[in-house]
Amino acid sequence: MAQFDVIAPRDQLAHQTSLMHLPRQPGRGWVVGVIMIATALLLWYVLTSLTGIISSYRFPSPPEFLAALRQIAVDGYASGTLLQQTLQSLKIVIEGFLVAALVGVPLGFLMGWSPRAEALLNPVFLLIRPIPPLAWIPLAIVWLGLGDGAKIMVIWFAAFVPSAINTFTGVRQVNPTLIEAARVHGATDWRVAKEVVAPAALPMIFTGLRLSLQASWTTLVAAELVGAFLGLGRVLSIAYRDIYPAMIAVAMVTIAIAGAFMTQLLERIERMVIRWR
Amino acid sequence: MALTQDRRPTTRWAATPSSRELAFLSLVGAVFFFGGWQLIAMSGLVSQYILPSPLAVLEQIYQLETEPFAGFLLHQHLLSSLERFMFGFLLAAALGIPLGLIMGRYRLLDEIVTPLFEAYRYVAPLAWVPFAALWFGTGIGGPVMVIFTGAFAPCVVNAYRGAQLVERYLIEAAQTLGASNLRIMREVLLPGALPSIVAGLRVSAGLGWQSLIGAELIVVSSGLGYVMVQGQSNLAPDIVMSAMLVIGVVGLCIDVALRAAERWLSRRWGRV
Repeated sequence: MAQFDVIAPRDQLAHQTSLMHLPRQPGRGWVVGVIMIATALLLWYVLTSLTGIISSYRFPSPPEFLAALRQIAVDGYASGTLLQQTLQSLKIVIEGFLVAALVGVPLGFLMGWSPRAEALLNPVFLLIRPIPPLAWIPLAIVWLGLGDGAKIMVIWFAAFVPSAINTFTGVRQVNPTLIEAARVHGATDWRVAKEVVAPAALPMIFTGLRLSLQASWTTLVAAELVGAFLGLGRVLSIAYRDIYPAMIAVAMVTIAIAGAFMTQLLERIERMVIRWR
Repeated sequence: MALTQDRRPTTRWAATPSSRELAFLSLVGAVFFFGGWQLIAMSGLVSQYILPSPLAVLEQIYQLETEPFAGFLLHQHLLSSLERFMFGFLLAAALGIPLGLIMGRYRLLDEIVTPLFEAYRYVAPLAWVPFAALWFGTGIGGPVMVIFTGAFAPCVVNAYRGAQLVERYLIEAAQTLGASNLRIMREVLLPGALPSIVAGLRVSAGLGWQSLIGAELIVVSSGLGYVMVQGQSNLAPDIVMSAMLVIGVVGLCIDVALRAAERWLSRRWGRV
């Protein structure tokens, strides 16, 4: 029969991209970690500054890196200081992510709740889903130009799909017995949705939000690389044009730190909301 | 086992409408979407330089295949994209899977690699584009590196997870029978971890394909991403949408192929 389950709950775990989230025995992990990072920094210094095996046209030495960091933090680079560029990127990501989540989560919930809604909306999903979010960038530029609107549109497409799909899966995986039990006690649809389905689906919803946020950040960096007036991706593209490896490295490190910061923030919110876990 | 957990069948606890009704609703949804799009485009409310009709997009695909655009025919662009993708994806799998397996087996290596891996993971794949272009050029080396950075993480993580799912006693039994480390790796860990690895490869392929398109948008001068950029600077949304459609279809084909491999493996080993 017709197969509507394009949004199957498979491979939730396969999307997990962090080793830290996997179950592991407690150990001396962090000691080795600290030693490892120190070794990597030392190796960086030895290979670039000390021996010059890697030329500074390919990868910056630590002093060059610090100089570039100082330059962008104090004087600014690519029409803004590091703080301005970072805040601009963070602002757009959060706007795009919120808009996508505010549409994606309710829609996923509706599709999970009602097979009819799922059947009705599925064709559109089938069309949107296989298109990689980055492929929306040129269309967004044609439609909305190089400003914030185009970035928010691209992020919307990147973040919408994971939040809708995971919410859908979460709702479908709710134990039917719980719902029957609530109905037997005379709960209305609204109360079942609010007090049974929503709390049970919440962990999956947060998984979706986490994946959405990651996708938003990756996509924003790409969109800013293609064309922007301000933002970390623009710093990258200008530094590339100027062949300025130290500045490229500064931008990459900032992108990593800001991405990690946002992920941590969302995880903290998740722990606050799902206290019973 | 942790893997079975995400394979729970979806329960349709809501009152289930008949499948005929659902098929009808899907058709309604599709007709409404495409019909609405076609009507809006035809009505002239929105200029065709903003929203070309779905038929115009299909026509444009045919035209891209008959007249060269941005230097090549459509299938030539497609082939150059696929070539880069295959190199990058295979490289990520060839390095990532063994690394993940070894990390799952040896605690020390796990502890050494994990902090570096976590640091790498937070860098968006596309942020590697400038260095990739600087180090390996914009022909094939640079894009391959970008695909690699996109596809590497899921390979490692899923091989690692798969290796940890292998029962200890199997490894110990092999050791007792005097198997070398390499043999244990090849004949115990790899088959045991295979379902998880294939699931990871599918995620990898999706991310790699997407990173390739991103790289082609930014620095490369052939391929489907380049077609989109050229369409964008010519203000030709029909060309952009045609390329998007092709990208989506190819991505879907890659996923379907890997899913078929997954099913074949699960039949062969009787578990996924």
